[in-house]
Amino acid sequence: MNAQVPAGGPARSTYDVIVIGAGPAGMAAATTAARAGLSTLVLDENTVPGGQVYRAATTSPLAGGTVLGADFAKGAALAGGLATSGAEVIQGATVWSLDRDLVVGVSRGGASRLLKAGRVILATGALERPFPIPGWTLPGVMSVGAAQTVLKASGLVPSGTIALAGQGPLLWLLAAQILRAGGTIRAILDTTPKANYLAALPYAAGFLASPYAFKGLALIREVRAKVRVIRGVNRLEACGTGALSSVRFEARGVTQTLALDGLFLHQGVVPHVNLAMAAGVEHRWDEVQHCFHPVLGAGGTTSVEGLLIAGDGAGIAGAEAAVERGRLAALVAVKALQPEASGLPVLAEVEAALARATRGRAFLDRLFEPQREYRIPTGDETIVCRCEEVTAGQIRQSIAVGATGPNQLKAYRRCGMGPCQGRLCGLTVTELMAEERGKTPEEIGYYRLRAPVKPVSLAEIASIPPDDAAVGAVVRG
Amino acid sequence: MFRRIGDPAAATVTIEIEGTLVKARPGDSVTAALLASGLDFCRHTPVSGTPRGPYCMMGVCFDCLVTIDGVGNRQGCLVPVAEGMKITLQKGKREIGQ
Repeated sequence: MNAQVPAGGPARSTYDVIVIGAGPAGMAAATTAARAGLSTLVLDENTVPGGQVYRAATTSPLAGGTVLGADFAKGAALAGGLATSGAEVIQGATVWSLDRDLVVGVSRGGASRLLKAGRVILATGALERPFPIPGWTLPGVMSVGAAQTVLKASGLVPSGTIALAGQGPLLWLLAAQILRAGGTIRAILDTTPKANYLAALPYAAGFLASPYAFKGLALIREVRAKVRVIRGVNRLEACGTGALSSVRFEARGVTQTLALDGLFLHQGVVPHVNLAMAAGVEHRWDEVQHCFHPVLGAGGTTSVEGLLIAGDGAGIAGAEAAVERGRLAALVAVKALQPEASGLPVLAEVEAALARATRGRAFLDRLFEPQREYRIPTGDETIVCRCEEVTAGQIRQSIAVGATGPNQLKAYRRCGMGPCQGRLCGLTVTELMAEERGKTPEEIGYYRLRAPVKPVSLAEIASIPPDDAAVGAVVRG
Repeated sequence: MFRRIGDPAAATVTIEIEGTLVKARPGDSVTAALLASGLDFCRHTPVSGTPRGPYCMMGVCFDCLVTIDGVGNRQGCLVPVAEGMKITLQKGKREIGQ
């Protein structure tokens, strides 16, 4: 990396509020905090604000068209609010450290800085749940979110013979967007188990009253009119040597194979917990969403004083809820740091909007609860840790000879020790170990995460300007 | 595996991928430009040497690691293309001095 300090670095070293992430929650939080008069810094890893759901909201070649759908325009409105709020926004910034003293380590263009905040609002959002099936590491297999990202940001549409496999709202949305963009889909391989429909039924009333019901059902109708949907897909497997050539699966007891150029996988999203966990925020296992989420108080307060979490990183609830949770977290910060501020969103109204936005969530959680066989690989050959190429069988062997939890497993197999730092294997490892050892995922726990939560070079760390305390620690005489 | 829609004249940035000149759109990430150019894989893994392509496109999977302007281990999905950028596929571990 080049170690020169790039232009556009943070203007100061201390801020009232540092918001990490510029998705819907981060944009709403920063806008609210800055308008209240707090010095506010937004650090975001992408090149433009929007996060994943509103990726390239202001720069997409498809913005304003019919492909991405009407909801996408909400991202540009949020970005517009942020741009005029008075918040300082730094794009292309990778936050790699956050501690209990609210010191944020951030890297940009090969140089790092340490910044201090009065309050930190984590809005690091969600990532797609790992989908560990045989062959999921083959070139040609990507996540549904990945395909949507290149569609939004670059106007790239999957070509050749492709299929989508899995379940969840995002899968149907991408399918509709591909079709609207003139693409074709050979098949949708729906992995939703039949039992989920029954489990979700008691929650249907809340869903039908939600804004998602009409939109969701219309999307599914739009897609089903043009694409063959195969339901009840089990034993999904991506096949090929060196690259994807086909997908194999079982439906209604019959094994089928489809020749493919591209396979897009998705089974929901989970909170992106790495930075929060590394900062020491207490997390719990969520039995319904099968993931860890932070333990939160009112407005997104956490077990770490002054650290708040908003958006899907606080537990999956979607973009509309993320905006309201962002506002709530900002209101907590404003109350503490600038209690006399006026013209703020009204707490009761934000809470009511949040309640509306989360209506129907219980139904979706149960309908799209991912199947056990796609959370815990049944075969031994399936790769669990993509970085270090550790298979389910190797993990089972390690457990058999004494590995008790995810952290011991690192020593046995380097599992979870690659550059992704467990983001693509952590949940699988927790559930696999829980199953093998007859414990709950809560008892097994997660990898112990530490800074740097993303790989940084020594040159980047060395570029941090030393303060008096740091100089005093090493200079003698 | 991907094709571009929209105005082809909007691809105004010239980059070099494995020695071949390729047009990209301003705002493309390096990985999006790789995919648009017809490449489906971008590296060989350091552990087994098998080919990998990008998986998540949002900075979490690290399967899009490439060498950009002589610097290895860059997450291509997070780096925007720039005129004259030289991209090479990463073969195994990041090399010393890169």
